[in-house]
Amino acid sequence: MTTKNPLLQYAHRRYGMDHDRYEWSMLKDRPAIEWPAGKKVALWVNVSLQFFPLAQTDKTFPVPGGMRMPYPDLRHFSLRDYGNRVGIYRILKVLDAHGIKPTIAMNADLATRCPALRQRIVDRGDEIIAHGLNMDALHHSGIDPTLESERIKTTVDTLRDLTGQAIEGWLSPGKSQSFDTPDLLAEHGIGYQCDWVNDALPYAFRTRNGPLVAMPLSTELEDTHILMNNLHSEDSYVEQVEDACRFLLTEAETQGGRMLALSIHPWLMGQPHRIGKLDALLGRLTDHEGVWSATASEIIAASGVRV
Amino acid sequence: MKADPQFYDYWAYENRPRIQWPNGAKVALWVAPNFEYYEFDPPKNPFRTPWKRTPNPDIAGYSIRDYGNRVGAERQMAILDRFGIRASVSLSAALCDHHPEIIEMCKARDYELFSHGVYNTRYNYALSEQEERTMLRDSIEAILEKGGQACSGYLAPALSHSEHTLDLFAEVSTEFFGPDAPLYSCDLFHDDQPTPLRTRSGRRLVSIPYSLELNDTIAYVVNKVTPRRYGQMLRDAFDVLYAEGAESGTVMCIPTHNYQVTCPHRAAAFTEALEYITGHEDVWLATGREIAAHFLDHHYDEAQAAIAAGLGGT
Repeated sequence: MTTKNPLLQYAHRRYGMDHDRYEWSMLKDRPAIEWPAGKKVALWVNVSLQFFPLAQTDKTFPVPGGMRMPYPDLRHFSLRDYGNRVGIYRILKVLDAHGIKPTIAMNADLATRCPALRQRIVDRGDEIIAHGLNMDALHHSGIDPTLESERIKTTVDTLRDLTGQAIEGWLSPGKSQSFDTPDLLAEHGIGYQCDWVNDALPYAFRTRNGPLVAMPLSTELEDTHILMNNLHSEDSYVEQVEDACRFLLTEAETQGGRMLALSIHPWLMGQPHRIGKLDALLGRLTDHEGVWSATASEIIAASGVRV
Repeated sequence: MKADPQFYDYWAYENRPRIQWPNGAKVALWVAPNFEYYEFDPPKNPFRTPWKRTPNPDIAGYSIRDYGNRVGAERQMAILDRFGIRASVSLSAALCDHHPEIIEMCKARDYELFSHGVYNTRYNYALSEQEERTMLRDSIEAILEKGGQACSGYLAPALSHSEHTLDLFAEVSTEFFGPDAPLYSCDLFHDDQPTPLRTRSGRRLVSIPYSLELNDTIAYVVNKVTPRRYGQMLRDAFDVLYAEGAESGTVMCIPTHNYQVTCPHRAAAFTEALEYITGHEDVWLATGREIAAHFLDHHYDEAQAAIAAGLGGT
């Protein structure tokens, strides 16, 4: 019954994972996490500030929000720019109204191109995480490792230089990685990455250059996924997030602290017909006594996972 | 290649011999969660690429499926526990090696385990008959040795088939469990009642309905329905099958995945639908094997005779 066909060879069939990035562990088997002040659900809101180059070159996969019309795709270029000119200021107002401290995932090119917006974020004291160079500088195994390393170095150097922040977090543009990305992130001083969505809580992640924390930023509840990919209504988006929050609050009653991670794009959620829905949603979420609004770093610190 | 696989003859959904489920139930309900392992860096199959979004590794695809095992499996079981539902698990055999804890949780709940190949990133394409047998033997052995039970059913991995997939399942299973053990396939979506399938060996094999339309991945990923709409689809389907089941027993299958239906934003819709369905009196909460065995013992011959007496057709 032996076969030489590589389609029936299983080199990594063994206990645990089929790679060595992290340990296999079921959520239910871990010690219960206790959030500060007895809170049940940590609400993490990430807002991404992005620059989509008009001349998009990497077509390996469609980046959510990327250019897709024949060049020059002015409709999408300017609509994405809307988020950085208009949408973000509406979103900041709404976040402030509900006492939510976001993390801001920022393309390095955006920080360079929009000093006013960058400075506004810096002055607010929001935690900035690296979001790659721009939405056309992707990370996947089809690009040269030297180029990928340069992209990461330029990104974190630029953001550290322009914001004065330590820049510990990373979110890849389009949430894709190569086999080397985690190693390169650790090499360039990143402490946590948000691309892997395989857990409900932060967990320890291995690289050749020391440990990282994986901080899962849910794609399923991302505004682009629900509204743009699934074409669900704003009301359904609100309902799904509220259902998730209620589910997590209930689970936390018996199993320890949980996390609700929302990823928001100003060019989408900052539109006038959507901002009211977001406002009402965040109001209801923060009205729950058990909900704790916190940044990624605060959640990681409280979770006990070491960066 | 053939125009028709010739697995079954045409059989109109009217005037069929009456199917009677145990205790006068109108619907046999089975929940079939897929407990799968998708590989981080699977080999490329010439006919189908496991990860299509990016070159390997596809972090998005891989990690949400890993979420299903780390987080979703326990949530799925907790929801089914509430309603006294024993799952019929469509199992990637390699999960027994990677995550034996999940297999132990299934055994503790008396779940049925049936074959869903070795990995859901390995297909029945580009394999010789002998190689396809090898994959089947591998999965059946794992369920026997690690799961402690005879495998009765097969859902081909990632619904990948050759012309002989069903024949080979019947033949390999017979080598393991003899000519009389109940065997079923859930690879065909042609009916809402069990139907006899033709095999080249003549081995009895029954097709058990497994709804592709109600499969959570098809609903959520392909058809992009909202969670509430999915819950309503389950209720609507149930209402019709329950009403029709008063005349002759029907089968309702809810095929699920641990990284879809029990995610926090979808769990409520699923739970409420199960609450509605199991709130009806004449529902037989069954497993795939139990449905197949009951049909084979009580209705298979009658069905064959009725099909033979019909006008035929395919």
